[in-house]
Amino acid sequence: MNDSLSARTIEIAGHDAAAIEAYLARPGGDGPRGGVVVIHHMPGYDRASKEITRRFAELGYDAICPNLYSREAPGAAPDDAAATARAQGGVPDARLIGDVGGAAEHLRSLPTSNGKVGVIGYCSGGRQSVLAACNLDLDAAVDCYGAFVTGTPPSDYALKITNLVDQLPNLRCPLLGLFGNEDKFPSPKQVDELEQILDDNGKSHEFHRYDDAGHAFFAVDRPSYRVAAANDGWQRIAEFFSAHLGG
Amino acid sequence: MCTYATIAAPLDGSAKGPNGSWFHVTDASVYFDHPVHAMAEHTLNIDFAAPADGPTARVAVELTAASARELVTAIQAALASAPAELTA
Repeated sequence: MNDSLSARTIEIAGHDAAAIEAYLARPGGDGPRGGVVVIHHMPGYDRASKEITRRFAELGYDAICPNLYSREAPGAAPDDAAATARAQGGVPDARLIGDVGGAAEHLRSLPTSNGKVGVIGYCSGGRQSVLAACNLDLDAAVDCYGAFVTGTPPSDYALKITNLVDQLPNLRCPLLGLFGNEDKFPSPKQVDELEQILDDNGKSHEFHRYDDAGHAFFAVDRPSYRVAAANDGWQRIAEFFSAHLGG
Repeated sequence: MCTYATIAAPLDGSAKGPNGSWFHVTDASVYFDHPVHAMAEHTLNIDFAAPADGPTARVAVELTAASARELVTAIQAALASAPAELTA
């Protein structure tokens, strides 16, 4: 197997054709191969998100992580950028869809592309992964413990956030969901609700739920890391993308 | 989880920030969510900021919930200990 890869920062066209920063990681070799858009978590376009992006290249995909905070804080450190974006109300859903769409188009434009693109997001990015999959032509989506896909956000939140219940009938691709049974947002009950809605609408999905795991169990640099859940989750992701992205 | 909750407060004061420089603080963001550095799943986070000076004009604090409550109590005690005519 060829385990060489390259990674660099590039500029892509995001929502409304605005130039945004993105981190692109690509395997060696000529392809053809699928692509993966990585949606970073709310703490930002950080080292951990870039490590995840490189891992998808190691798995054989062209992978890209758009910096969702490019507009608010160009060039800033990830934590400062996240704080600035948060203070300004967070990432609007329409802009997220445009940025992920731009990232997916960039992947499809690569000479190595087989035309298939998946999306994955963690934490707030899990919700955004589902949001993208309800609004864009993608081939596979992964939701890692995204809160408020179902459930009701408190109305007094400064960050404008809604659940995605009314959008789920428009889901355009298979969904892999990975959740911790000790998580409160999304709670097991909210995951049940999501699964029921997908069943009712005939949407292809595969959910895995882990005991002894709560939120952010993939995060290797946080106390929430759970090695058994994360290892199994990575295997599920690899199998899911292999099945749907032709990897 | 990402709580999404953010409480904003206008401030007038100063903080010692990047490169050891003092700057005029105009805003605070207060939220209970994932920390960047603290070894806890969630913390009470305060960003003392000057948005007009850009994203780096920020002093960030991440406190456990118990620590945040201790801080609130300490701030209130300190204010209460001063003569009222000074803190009006």
